[in-house]
Amino acid sequence: MPEAPEKQLPRKRGRFFEWLDRRTGIDSLLHEALDEPIPGGARWAYVFGSVLLFLFISQTITGVFLALYYVPSAISAHTTVAYIVKEVTGGSFLRSLHAYGSSAVVIVVFLHLMQTYMYGAYKGRRELLWISGCFLLGLMLAMAFTGYLLPWDQKAYFATTVGTNMASDIPFVGTWMKRFMRGGDEMGTLTISRFFVAHVFVLPGILIAFIAGHVYLFRKAGAAGPPSEDPVTPKLPTERFYPKQVVMDTIVALLMILILGSIAHFWPMELGPKANPADTQYVPRPEWYYLPIFQWLKYWRGPYAIIGIIVIPTITAALLVLVPFIDRRLERRPWRRPIAVGVFLLILAGFVGMGVMSIRDDQRDPSIAKQVAKQHQATEEFMREPFEPLGAASALSAPVVTVLDPVAAAGKKVFEAESCDACHGEGGSGGAAMKLTGQVAAMPAEELSKLLKQPNAQMSEGGMQPIAVSDEELKALVAYIKSLK
Amino acid sequence: MGAALAVPLIRFALHPLVATTTKIGWSDVGKLDEFTSLTAPVKKVIQVEQRDAWRKIISDKPVYVMPPKDGVVRVLSPICPHLGCSIPWNEEKQEFICPCHAAVFDKNGALVSGPSPRAMDDLETKVENGVVQVRYQYFRQLIPQKEPLS
Repeated sequence: MPEAPEKQLPRKRGRFFEWLDRRTGIDSLLHEALDEPIPGGARWAYVFGSVLLFLFISQTITGVFLALYYVPSAISAHTTVAYIVKEVTGGSFLRSLHAYGSSAVVIVVFLHLMQTYMYGAYKGRRELLWISGCFLLGLMLAMAFTGYLLPWDQKAYFATTVGTNMASDIPFVGTWMKRFMRGGDEMGTLTISRFFVAHVFVLPGILIAFIAGHVYLFRKAGAAGPPSEDPVTPKLPTERFYPKQVVMDTIVALLMILILGSIAHFWPMELGPKANPADTQYVPRPEWYYLPIFQWLKYWRGPYAIIGIIVIPTITAALLVLVPFIDRRLERRPWRRPIAVGVFLLILAGFVGMGVMSIRDDQRDPSIAKQVAKQHQATEEFMREPFEPLGAASALSAPVVTVLDPVAAAGKKVFEAESCDACHGEGGSGGAAMKLTGQVAAMPAEELSKLLKQPNAQMSEGGMQPIAVSDEELKALVAYIKSLK
Repeated sequence: MGAALAVPLIRFALHPLVATTTKIGWSDVGKLDEFTSLTAPVKKVIQVEQRDAWRKIISDKPVYVMPPKDGVVRVLSPICPHLGCSIPWNEEKQEFICPCHAAVFDKNGALVSGPSPRAMDDLETKVENGVVQVRYQYFRQLIPQKEPLS
């Protein structure tokens, strides 16, 4: 029940608390944190900021734990994530919490932004508060982008290739920026180091600074209250942040844990096969919240690409940041701000529309739909396989070569000349197509050579062509496949 | 003081941009005889020896060998000049169709439609002792002319 502003209630203090308070001033700190007045009282609409803070803490903790096992290099990144997912106790659950947590952050950031915008809570000397929030949104998206590459699986590799290439279109510094992000012209081990450093050190550091600034500016301006409230001099009776708003925030945060935990438990995040840059069949798709931008890029052709990739997104971002300077009236009620609300809804509809069209385009194109299904199958197959430690066939092909007999060594040449490795991976370790180590290598030579000459229906469906080589070469190829471990 | 420290820090972070990269040499694609009777582009995986920062790698790079004209073999890079996705050859439609933003190239690699600013990029090729060789390169994306990266 909202109550009039009042003097601080006397607290029951124990001797230990008094001892602590004299040394730390904790009493006034708690008072500052918990007795914040909310004009018009606590509401469910105000929970998003606190939930974001909770999610940030959750992402930090799960991230720190994942870093216990993750090693950022092109040699080890994928294997260490596979180790986390397939071997480490609770690893799949923890990684899923972290990965789904990033989606949750994007959703809640958006809800927070929408609530603030619709309630006109950026008005009344809150420009810097709003701008710091916009920077936080950008930082969160940068966290999502840098984190996406780290598993170094197929989707991570190809989505980041496209993402970093987009920077090329920035006038004058574009190519330089792309090279700076990648640590060279190509995606390689330095790209992982750089994305890791950004994701784990640089961006979280900046995020913490901005979160502190955002909370400070929020407390300085005070809670805006409902849309009917005066944004400069609140008139409604206030209610303290503690207990009701704290309870509401906690309930939603707990609900968040429950939802994320359930998704992570029942639908753990999958890891695809290791990135294979030689795969030309792979259909890369970004994470769902980048799909609208992905679709948008299809429409900007040739010299106009710069308009679509750089100019329009920059103008949109600038408009968002400058909203408090553009919409300067003190009127906060959404139904009295038709232009502001209309523009927002229009952009929102555009985003949703683009996302839906992207999904629809993929479903309508049979070749894309087929390839996406194949990729999904490859991911599922990879997830079913037991963990293969580094040093085995998949990681280093050199030791395998040294122990080959001459016939198998000749077969390796056929394997490469026929581009078998493009789909089946280096050393037959698997890629877009099934791995050849294990069950396939254990098949009788006769059966194997028959299948190579005449692939069965399932193989043909997967894109396998009959091998057209001499009998001698076929024999060598079979010997090589059988030597794979 | 801070500015003085910034100089070595910035130089340290920018090292990969100024470091001299090892020049990529010629890679074998296959015997010329293999390609003389081609009627459609064929994908080949070549091996390129290169440095990836602190490690030496032999990386697999896909390329497309095109049906020869007047005995000359052309080799195309599969990297889309738009945003760098790998382009597959669509046997059914006899076209290269980029799976990302739907750029379409004909069987010679010429641009048909979509957001790509130019045709697919030709790679430098030569024939030595009856073997087709190619020098693998990356080209700058999103610009109408072909411009090799270092």
